Amino acid sequence: MKFDTLIIGGGLAGLTCAIRLQKQGVCCAVVSTGQSALHFSSGSFDLMGYNESHEVIENPTEVVRTLSEGHPYRKLGDRFTEYACAARDLLTECGVEVKGDARKNHFRYTPMGNLRPTWLTFSELATAENVTAYPVGKILIANFAGFLDFNTNFITGVLTRNGAKCAHATIHVKAVEHLRINPTEMRAANIAKALEAEDVLSEVIRQINLYSEGYDYVVLPAVFGFKTPNVVKQLHKGIKVKILLFPTMPPSVPGVRAQTALVAAFERAGGIFMPGDTVRRAVVENGRVIEVFTENHGNEALRAKNFVLASGHFFSGGLRATISHIEEPVFGADVDYAEGRENWYNGDVNRPHNYQSFGVHTDDRFRAASQGKTIENLYVVGSALGGARSLEEGSGAGVSMLSALCVADEIMKGGTK
Amino acid sequence: MKHFDQTNEFDVIIVGGGITGAGTARDCALRGLRVLLLERRDFATGATGRNHGLLHSGARYAVTDSESAAECIRENMILRHIASHCVEQNDGLFISLPEDDIAYQTTFVESCRKAGIDAEVIDPQEARLLEPSVNPDLIGAVRVPDGSVDPFRLTLANIIDAKQHGAVIKTYQEVSEILHEGNRVIGVRAYNHVTREMHDFYAPLTINAGGIWGHGIAAKVGIRVDMFPAKGALLIFGHRVNNVVLNRCRKPANADILVPGDTICVIGTTSSRVPFEEVDEIRVTPDEVDLLLSEGSKLAPSLAATRVLRAYAGVRPLVAADNDPSGRNISRGIVLLDHAKRDGVEGFATITGGKLMTYRLMAQWATDLACQKLGVDAKCVTMTEQLPGSRPCKPKSERKVYDMNTPKFTAAVARHGEMAAEISSKTPCDNSFVCECENVTVGEVRHALEKWHVNTLVDLRRRTRVGMGTCQGELCACRTANLLGEVSGSVEKAESELKDFLQERWKGTYPICWGDALREAEYTRWVYGSVCGMN
Repeated sequence: MKFDTLIIGGGLAGLTCAIRLQKQGVCCAVVSTGQSALHFSSGSFDLMGYNESHEVIENPTEVVRTLSEGHPYRKLGDRFTEYACAARDLLTECGVEVKGDARKNHFRYTPMGNLRPTWLTFSELATAENVTAYPVGKILIANFAGFLDFNTNFITGVLTRNGAKCAHATIHVKAVEHLRINPTEMRAANIAKALEAEDVLSEVIRQINLYSEGYDYVVLPAVFGFKTPNVVKQLHKGIKVKILLFPTMPPSVPGVRAQTALVAAFERAGGIFMPGDTVRRAVVENGRVIEVFTENHGNEALRAKNFVLASGHFFSGGLRATISHIEEPVFGADVDYAEGRENWYNGDVNRPHNYQSFGVHTDDRFRAASQGKTIENLYVVGSALGGARSLEEGSGAGVSMLSALCVADEIMKGGTK
Repeated sequence: MKHFDQTNEFDVIIVGGGITGAGTARDCALRGLRVLLLERRDFATGATGRNHGLLHSGARYAVTDSESAAECIRENMILRHIASHCVEQNDGLFISLPEDDIAYQTTFVESCRKAGIDAEVIDPQEARLLEPSVNPDLIGAVRVPDGSVDPFRLTLANIIDAKQHGAVIKTYQEVSEILHEGNRVIGVRAYNHVTREMHDFYAPLTINAGGIWGHGIAAKVGIRVDMFPAKGALLIFGHRVNNVVLNRCRKPANADILVPGDTICVIGTTSSRVPFEEVDEIRVTPDEVDLLLSEGSKLAPSLAATRVLRAYAGVRPLVAADNDPSGRNISRGIVLLDHAKRDGVEGFATITGGKLMTYRLMAQWATDLACQKLGVDAKCVTMTEQLPGSRPCKPKSERKVYDMNTPKFTAAVARHGEMAAEISSKTPCDNSFVCECENVTVGEVRHALEKWHVNTLVDLRRRTRVGMGTCQGELCACRTANLLGEVSGSVEKAESELKDFLQERWKGTYPICWGDALREAEYTRWVYGSVCGMN
């Protein structure tokens, strides 16, 4: 099989790059192993939330220049703001409705009920303009009976501390009762699936209206709208008090929906998406990737002019740590990391760990290298890149999308066929 | 049931909530003494909870320490009966590898038989069939009645029975001073870490069951108990590679026991002397991990490719006898010190040495001394009296709502035996699973929070196995913290507990942080650090 560009990894970075290229007529294929960070997300996209002293950043576009040399954002040069706007447009075009602006962080609720700075948030979720703007008044926190991934007590604690008067209500619906038979089933995504049925949703709305009379707000878990945002719209239409949707613990229903929407947009544009497949090895000759082989395609090679590595960090398998070293498993690309595994972590779990900023070594055009020699047609995007303190600074989604857009431009510049 | 909760006067004060202290509290309570047990942290936080969980047949000590070996096999048979819900009757193999001296096998088998241990030489081929994970290159194998024992459950069962017989149990209360009048100990002063208050308690006899910390407790009355802090490091693997305990048939050395237990297996140990100042903050070093892995893979080669879940280390309270720097040759026998005889200090005794395996016998010795000193004539019954959890189930008609035959609750029944009947299963919420790796329900968590002296999420893990499975508490940590917030009524406490729990898990993870352990650690950091914003 032959493509113009083959993208390894179907998460936010891989799909962003693929959609951007495919829409410009570049024939792309995406090989995707499985779930991505979107499934586990909070429902927001972070660009740059905190500086080195862990102070909240107001305008992400202003701090890019101050980042250290190895940060992926530095490779974008003065195109940071441009790419950030393009990323937002891309999401909107794909039917992922978001709010937010790269020039001014807003604040998302965490599943614990706290506010954190962020760039874009799924429109349906509650947000705040500043870090102290918690809702006040009488708030009802409603949850489904037996659903443990919605932290009602933590949320209550935060809202109460910030001046609200909170009470709890439990929603009982038969349609989710059967989920309890299997211990792994009582999860956000499965509840969302059950709520797709109109009669179930109207029963839920009836109960919420019953309990929330006299309240200023009702806080609900963001488990509405597995396939489309229509369920959220019906919810807003049906419920009399103001709704605040808070994220659950993973999986994230809006995140899953966004992933589905991005894949659909890519396929609509003519791209080939290969789910449940994994690239196992590659042939590299004279500093160029010739072909790769996947789990499902066996000996049938996948060839392309350009390859994009969007395979994620350790969790997704983009990087692999053995007992003594760290490697990039597909191409054996050079990885920037510290020698000796005692230098990978910090004994205090809440401190930054060195492993978090390890990544595939790239040149200033995001191209990987093998044994010090650049691989001309292998680009790296997303969290496989090293150099970012994505967890501490809050830059994961931003690095993914912006590096992907930049690489798409690089590929366009170099001729695509 | 008698209640002494309001008083500060007792017959016996036991210092230390490890298995020795818990067993002694139970024995004393069963013999009608008014008992107070004080533990500075939670039950089983010292050496009790930081070993293999091996139900020794005694074979390991047969050649080097026949007295310990004989004690082990007697206690082994007793525990199978009185603590059946804590024991897995897995059997054990002592294997000889090509580099081992096969002649040792003969000495070993003879010594076992002398100690009363049923040791049967079997053909290597039979050993491979009996335990498919065993190193296929083995040249000899001996089958012995080893098993596995859950030290957390065993300690809790002793505590529960002690309480049922009137003992007062206080955790998070640290002895700061031994109260004495001249040469007579009259009680202790304890600091309550939860309320931050000091309390005095009085008894004619104080028993020091502080394990390695007993050294410091005795020092508070100027008594020197020469202990030898011997650190042992172990690794837990992500699943149960073997079903039969695997040992090396040679003189005891590093990393030569692989014990299956519940859903995992454990390789250990190393043995090295550590300074007393370090016993509170024991760390597992990269060298120890490397050693455990390379030696462990000789017992079962598949360990080399099995995910390591966690590393931990304990400090054995060995009593110093010679200058062996490793501590391997120091007696693991029981040491009961009557300080009236030994040091001229009345009203104070130390029970130490020994092993998890011989805790009941240690408790019996200590209680015999207590009865003799207090002039009480009561026989020890702990060799036959079953522990709560190991007793027959009530007939169905007498049971509460809980149906023990529902497959969903088999995990709870396996953990708590007939005590599982007390766990609430009335509402759909009670039946929701908190921990999917270990099948722990909301009802079980609530029961433990309310009934079993749980102060922290880490305590809860010891009672229920929440967060002990493959995911190491990824989502269940948050779920249980949320429940703790509800039960304790304090969200702030729940938040700080969640942080402590995650740090505690990390302490065991970072020494083995590569491969899937690093993947899992990264995911956990994302969920809590990024998604939840707990930074």
